[in-house]
Amino acid sequence: MLAASFRGMPELGKAIHASGLWRAYGERWVLRDLDLDLEIGRTLAVIGPNGAGKSTLLRIAATLLRPTEGEVALLGCELPREAWKLRGRIGYVGHSSLLYRDLGAAENLRFHARLFGLPGDGSERIAELLERVGLAHRAGTRVGEMSAGMVQRLAVCRAVLHEPELLVLDEPLANLDPAAAESVAPLIGRAAGRTRILVTHDVAAALNGADRVLALARDGSVAFDRDASAVDAELARSVYSDVQVPSA
Amino acid sequence: MNRPHPTTRSVIATVLAKDLRVELRTLQSVPAMVLFSTTIYVIFRFGLDRTSLDGSLAAGVLMVTILFAALLAINRLFVAEREQGGFEAIRLAPVDGTALFFAKATALVVYLVALELVALPVFWLFFLDDGSGLLPLLPVLLLLNLGLGVTGALISPMATNSSARDLIGPLILLPLLVPPMIAASSAGESLLAAGDPSYERYWTWLGTLGLYDLIFGLVGWAVFDYLLED
Repeated sequence: MLAASFRGMPELGKAIHASGLWRAYGERWVLRDLDLDLEIGRTLAVIGPNGAGKSTLLRIAATLLRPTEGEVALLGCELPREAWKLRGRIGYVGHSSLLYRDLGAAENLRFHARLFGLPGDGSERIAELLERVGLAHRAGTRVGEMSAGMVQRLAVCRAVLHEPELLVLDEPLANLDPAAAESVAPLIGRAAGRTRILVTHDVAAALNGADRVLALARDGSVAFDRDASAVDAELARSVYSDVQVPSA
Repeated sequence: MNRPHPTTRSVIATVLAKDLRVELRTLQSVPAMVLFSTTIYVIFRFGLDRTSLDGSLAAGVLMVTILFAALLAINRLFVAEREQGGFEAIRLAPVDGTALFFAKATALVVYLVALELVALPVFWLFFLDDGSGLLPLLPVLLLLNLGLGVTGALISPMATNSSARDLIGPLILLPLLVPPMIAASSAGESLLAAGDPSYERYWTWLGTLGLYDLIFGLVGWAVFDYLLED
């Protein structure tokens, strides 16, 4: 029924369109009735307490999870039917680094470069990225022997290796010291035509770096969805408590 | 950014090269398989209290040992993809997911060939008076390896995604592997018979194994992409 009303709905210029999105794990609902629109080139910050469904929303946006109910379109492609069209257009940084522990840093990136069909196995791009995040001297080090911060930097390199149109970032600066965070930030920052969805618990970063802020409540419903300019720190922090969010 | 998508063949080569490199570094599967098969031979030798086997008993000991050694590798085949994000990496990339199936099946065949390079001479040393049946047995083993490879690569991701991986894998796999085991053991029975090897129904059993490999290869090709879904 919903699917029928959705046919042909993905609009040009929309990076993300979600309507009546629900997601359950077993009998537990993690996302409830989420509506969302985001234009191409914009940044959406997703905030909310632990267990509110932020990572689940991001995994759906990365085409790694199917919605249980409702409709989602990314870059004009309806999910999950047209997920295959999105392969290679999304960069994803999640809780798992998607890196093999027994391969070196450069070997891991070369593996991904081959999967994404980068010319010359992406050698130049890999060297450039490792240099930019300060890991050039650790190119041969196995991921299993790296610190959490190094792995996170490498995971960011992996996500941007193929210069994706949509970046889906779940706490991309986790485990990073200020200097490392500074080196990584330009790789996942604003860029022409690049849409970003960013989960963070850093309210200030969310408000500074985003065009829209989507706040999820503890039960997975939408607490608010507003332009970042209409959200102040007090309102943003209110989603982490049980304080009633004032209506816009 | 528009760039040509990698071909299925190149993705198979990429994943296979990765798997073989990791195996060479970590030695997680093949040494365990070799050690296991040698231990099984020792147990059979003392359990049966015989220094020489032939016919159906010889074939049975050889095929069952290879089967159970294969289970060790099959159980681990997709663990890295599950625990280190390989499944997600494939789903994010502009590639045909079935490339992962064929890469894993090929990796398993390579592991089994490596196992047999050691296990066959040891088997000869432990149990055979005459090794003349081993050479014609090689095509049988190769087709059995292919069958174990495609079936293992098909079932292993399902088992890996389950919390009872070590139980689910063999429970689903063993019934499915009855046909190739019957064919390989029957071919081996004639080849390992006392005296000169007999080629009775040799081609029939080879054909049966080939047909099994083809069917399960096609099933894997058809359904594997769905197994990668959440």
